[in-house]
Amino acid sequence: MSSSQKEKVKKLRGIAVSPGIIIGKARLVDRSRVKILYQYLVNDQQVSREVDRFKEALHAAKEQIASVKNKMPEQIRKHAFILDTHLMIMDDSMFSNATIQTILSEKINAEWALKKSVQNIEKLFTQIEDRYIKERIVDVQYVAERVLRNLAGKEQEDLFEIKERVIIVAHELSPADTSSINTSKVMGFITDGGGRTSHAAIMAQSLKMPAIVGLETVTHHVHDGTLLIVDGQTGEVIIDPDDEEIILYQEKQLQRERFESSIIRLSHLPAETVDGFRVAVRANIELLEEVVAAKDNGAEGIGLYRTEYHYLRSSDLPKEEELFEDYKEVAEIIAPDPVTIRTLDLGGDRVSAGIALTRETNPALGLRAIRFSLREVVLFKSQLRAILRASAFGNVQLMFPMISGLQELLDARRILEEVMQELDSESLEYDRHIKVGVMVEVPSAVTVADILARHVDFFSIGTNDLIQYALAIDRVNENVAYMYQPFHPAILRLIRQVVEVAGKAEISVALCGEMAGDPLCAPILLGLGIDELSLNTARIPIIKKVIRTLSLQESKNDMEKIFHLETATEVLDFIRGKMQPLLKELEQKGLINSTNNQNKGASLHHG
Amino acid sequence: MELTRKLLIHNELGLHARAAAKIVSLAGGYRSLLYIKKGDHEVDGTSILSILSLACPKGTEVLARAVGEDSEALIDALTRLFEQKFGEAR
Repeated sequence: MSSSQKEKVKKLRGIAVSPGIIIGKARLVDRSRVKILYQYLVNDQQVSREVDRFKEALHAAKEQIASVKNKMPEQIRKHAFILDTHLMIMDDSMFSNATIQTILSEKINAEWALKKSVQNIEKLFTQIEDRYIKERIVDVQYVAERVLRNLAGKEQEDLFEIKERVIIVAHELSPADTSSINTSKVMGFITDGGGRTSHAAIMAQSLKMPAIVGLETVTHHVHDGTLLIVDGQTGEVIIDPDDEEIILYQEKQLQRERFESSIIRLSHLPAETVDGFRVAVRANIELLEEVVAAKDNGAEGIGLYRTEYHYLRSSDLPKEEELFEDYKEVAEIIAPDPVTIRTLDLGGDRVSAGIALTRETNPALGLRAIRFSLREVVLFKSQLRAILRASAFGNVQLMFPMISGLQELLDARRILEEVMQELDSESLEYDRHIKVGVMVEVPSAVTVADILARHVDFFSIGTNDLIQYALAIDRVNENVAYMYQPFHPAILRLIRQVVEVAGKAEISVALCGEMAGDPLCAPILLGLGIDELSLNTARIPIIKKVIRTLSLQESKNDMEKIFHLETATEVLDFIRGKMQPLLKELEQKGLINSTNNQNKGASLHHG
Repeated sequence: MELTRKLLIHNELGLHARAAAKIVSLAGGYRSLLYIKKGDHEVDGTSILSILSLACPKGTEVLARAVGEDSEALIDALTRLFEQKFGEAR
């Protein structure tokens, strides 16, 4: 491709796999495949020379990989086993011996013989159903490619040698490549190939190095030295940016750095108001893998562990043992802080392949969550057993979703009691005094909260569904989505009622919907007397910071005024007015994005 | 001397690359030959690619066969490796 053609494309979008903005010069790394020619060997001398040539190339490849492994930076050493696997592949008889045998028997050149070995291995691997194992064929291909390059006498550029501050641009990077990136020099990398779970993506995250993969054609549009902007957050690459773009991205870069340092500095401080009231800030998570990030961001426990993943992941229902191991690990990592495990909230729109569900015309009001569990008792019991058994290993709390009245709660508790007796008879350990709570997300549960409170240890208000059910708004229906209003006086009254009932019954009350992660809601929730919030991990530092600027007394006084307001818009205007200076500061620091207001703001002005 | 033993795969991920690599390294430390069989299919226990091609998920039972002077030691060490879930947490 000529250079004039190269200039044409300005922007490309790929898969953002590791965040961060970098502005720098491109360094093309040639990882194109070696062309393989067929050659017939005419005499035995040639044949034996060819075998030697292959052995030498193989030996060199092993030394190259071993050297990469030795020089691997500390933070990615845990990935070194991939390189061990590569070394083993080179020793594998299907790879090395098979190639030598082919050279000898068919009298063909080493390159062609190796190609045949790889094809045979590929054939074997295509029959494998397990996707993870099937993908290991790429390791065979990487290794073969390296041997072929050695055979061709084509020096493979070692990424260690890159000593300038550059952005690596390559068709694809092998594990050996990403293991040998000089982290103090290289700013990041972008590739044509690769996906979200490719090895290169995982390595970029471990190296905390901005990276974009799956750009498809970036190597066609960039040459050595081309100026690039890489946004590892959005997956965007700008080729030859103009001054304006550079300035814009430098600002973004600065904001991002400030954001990161503010997280590091502040996230571990408690969320305590200026007048000394402490709010417990916990994380909503979906996967075991999120626990560490939650802790790093300052979560004081897991306020909502959604358990649907294991049920949606495959066509088979998860086994009790698998669930137990998972819950146990979460409990152990987060201990002594609590983890609140919510039982299955499936059904409705989220159909699992393992369970036969009939199509429902109105899934939000259909057979889901606790209703579903009470019908599929075997499945429910296996989950309860796993949760109870995990409770022996940490501070585990149990929560039932979508309770609409006492009967469901009693039914669920009866099954829980049966499961406890089963565990007793099997002498399996669990926490006999495990705290049991309910999600308050159906308006009827608010109305009978005083009755429910006698039978639980805690409430957790799920505002997403509560708003949807109370206002009769389907938030994914564009025609009415604007009416999904967290600041609606009805919602505020419902929350107040739950808090008051919980106070009288002396049980704790948490809030775990999106409202918990919205800085504008913080003074309201504080003023209403909520002392535990559970939110998405990424929002924790911001919410903690906001709470630290608020006063409990002032928020309570403000609530008196807010309860005299008559529409959601009035409430929002009032809060915005009160919080203006703080909001401005947060926006300037890049902590909140004024254009990215999740569920209210702009839409509220309609109402 | 030839010795065979049934082994169960306990770890969550099954016989994936890391676990297969451990079998190969282990076998490399003994004089005996090692074969791994799943169903009717028996493969060379020193070939990582062959072991991977068996595609054994958690719960699979395989038959390990060692042939040679130290076959007993090899099978014992292999049994421990399987029981310890190949050093994996789950």
